[in-house]
Amino acid sequence: MTRDNSFYGPLADPAGDAGHRDHPPRVGFFTDTSVCIGCKACEVACKEWNAIPEDGIDLLGMSFDNTGMLGASSWRHVAFIEQQRPLGRQDAGLSELPVGPSSVDGTTEVVADALEVAKRGGGDLGTAPVDLGFPSFDLPGAGNGAENRTQFRWLMSSDVCKHCTHAGCLDVCPTGALFRTEFGTVVVQPDICNGCGYCVSGCPYGVIDRRPDDGRAWKCTMCYDRLRDGLEPACAKACPTDSIQFGPLDELRERADRRLAKLHEAGVTEAQLYGRDPDDGVGGDGAFFLLLDDPEVYGFPPDPIVPTRDLMSTWKYVGTAASAMLVASAAVFLRGGRR
Amino acid sequence: MSSDEAIPRDERGSRRGRGHGRGRGRDHDGSREQPMVPRADFRSYYGRPVLKPPVWEWKIPAYLFTGGLSAGAALLGAGADLTRRPELRRASRIGGFGALLVSMYLLVADLGRPERFHHMLRVAKPTSPMSVGTWILVAYGPGSALAATAEVLPAAVRATLPGRLLRAAARPAGLSAALFAPGVASYTAALLSQTAVPAWHGARQELPFVFTGSAAASGGALGMLVAPVAEAGPARRLAAIGAAAEIVASRLIDRRPGLVTKAYTTGRAHRLRRASEYLTLGGAVAAVSVARRSRLAAAAAGLALLAGSALQRFGTFEAGVASTKDPAYVVVPQRERLEAADSERRGS
Repeated sequence: MTRDNSFYGPLADPAGDAGHRDHPPRVGFFTDTSVCIGCKACEVACKEWNAIPEDGIDLLGMSFDNTGMLGASSWRHVAFIEQQRPLGRQDAGLSELPVGPSSVDGTTEVVADALEVAKRGGGDLGTAPVDLGFPSFDLPGAGNGAENRTQFRWLMSSDVCKHCTHAGCLDVCPTGALFRTEFGTVVVQPDICNGCGYCVSGCPYGVIDRRPDDGRAWKCTMCYDRLRDGLEPACAKACPTDSIQFGPLDELRERADRRLAKLHEAGVTEAQLYGRDPDDGVGGDGAFFLLLDDPEVYGFPPDPIVPTRDLMSTWKYVGTAASAMLVASAAVFLRGGRR
Repeated sequence: MSSDEAIPRDERGSRRGRGHGRGRGRDHDGSREQPMVPRADFRSYYGRPVLKPPVWEWKIPAYLFTGGLSAGAALLGAGADLTRRPELRRASRIGGFGALLVSMYLLVADLGRPERFHHMLRVAKPTSPMSVGTWILVAYGPGSALAATAEVLPAAVRATLPGRLLRAAARPAGLSAALFAPGVASYTAALLSQTAVPAWHGARQELPFVFTGSAAASGGALGMLVAPVAEAGPARRLAAIGAAAEIVASRLIDRRPGLVTKAYTTGRAHRLRRASEYLTLGGAVAAVSVARRSRLAAAAAGLALLAGSALQRFGTFEAGVASTKDPAYVVVPQRERLEAADSERRGS
């Protein structure tokens, strides 16, 4: 490959690019959300194995998702999306039953408005408790009468750090605490991180965050300790439906392509892969997904780009501005004769 | 007919941007006003942010101001030294180093683990503007410190050999600080731009000019504030040039196409930047007119420019924070980009 740098674009061997020699193949996650049942075993297994502290026992009031978002203390996050739209040609058989969608529009509005005025706009979800100002104006379950029953489909997806080929967090880390492992994953070293917070803003997915009481940045390590011992990460191990698949990335990509073709064949035309393409804005994700709707519906950015792509042009503008300042400062003294 | 067309895609799980059609739910009791600008139509996960809002608080925009002030003052101090303006030189050197000390405090205190600040010195990393900035500050600091120390030596020490050596070193020290000062003033633009924060990344062409302009304006303002009118000519000119650059560059952000502009022209960021513009414009006009005659007017103009520069930094910072809290800033431009690429692919 003849390129000046490896800031952007496809990169076959990120670990080798980072200086690892004789390294194992790049590994990753393929999360097939079409078979996710929303059990949250991945969230629990991750917390258990990595001894992650509690992130606030909140009831967010919109769905079965009470984690909200990935954060410093939530390295797996299961999203729940209810849509008034049957999956394929299925009949959910709910229209006459006294059960149904758990989220009502009124509650959704109340919670979303509360999130908007929260200190970090709800960005603390997954890291620390967020006060949503309950109770709401609607009585609990007020909108759950039989007249509200609809056909609907339920999307569930276990989100995780993407371990990007070009990782924004890793690029901006000023201490070297974030590093590329021999497996091609991205890991924070807690004994180095000084909590500058740059990675939090460098991540185009909103994954990494700083733990308020601890002051350091934390995120998924893809169970670096387990990988080194030849074990698969805790979340993949715990997943009962193999929605989370772990393995060499090349193999996973092949498997994902086959699964996508199969779903399309079966009439699930909305199925799409997210983060699989090495030509995308982050050079492809180490953890990629099969989704049944647009990425933004799951809380993913639809077309993320690593900020480092524009590093050179940014410094060019900075250099121009700095030179202009130097010239201007000299010029103001040229009329030195006058006062 | 596909099922996509048959069923409305406005589902519970994926709220569309509000202010479009359905309003905000509770406006009948007057507790919520309708948003002024209707939001673009987009889908999201319960309206929650996609990105993490910056964990930085007021200390970082405050540092952007003090760092710029220090740089502007260092440039002015070196020029005053070379053109024999002792009062301006003295004020700029001391002020510049004072601002640097405050900057150091703000930067270290903002860390999650302040006692580990020296971990910044473990590596030199060109891809991290914060690492580049650390080393620029390391190069800049000693010159600024030495030049300022020479100004405050007590008379008894000045006569001794170390005192004389220090005074002799003051000029090269001041010049070395001036050499690195433009870097100090401008790297912060790269610091903010090289993030996923839509408002900062989207303004990466203009921000360096906003920041260096603002730094020059504040440096000049300090000179106007503390040096006598007779010596402060260069300070007034630097302040006026800097203010002009700051205002023009900042206006260019407002005229950018795309959603990112909205983060700058609405809400708290807008109010801060508007106040900054008034103060900076007023200060600059005064700098080239009444400040040439009256010390009092010069001081008032200097204060206005300093306040304008500080508010500019806080306004820019707020715009970035606001753009991370609303998923529209992430989803809408990225979706548009995908659709443009998609139609291009189909066209060809």
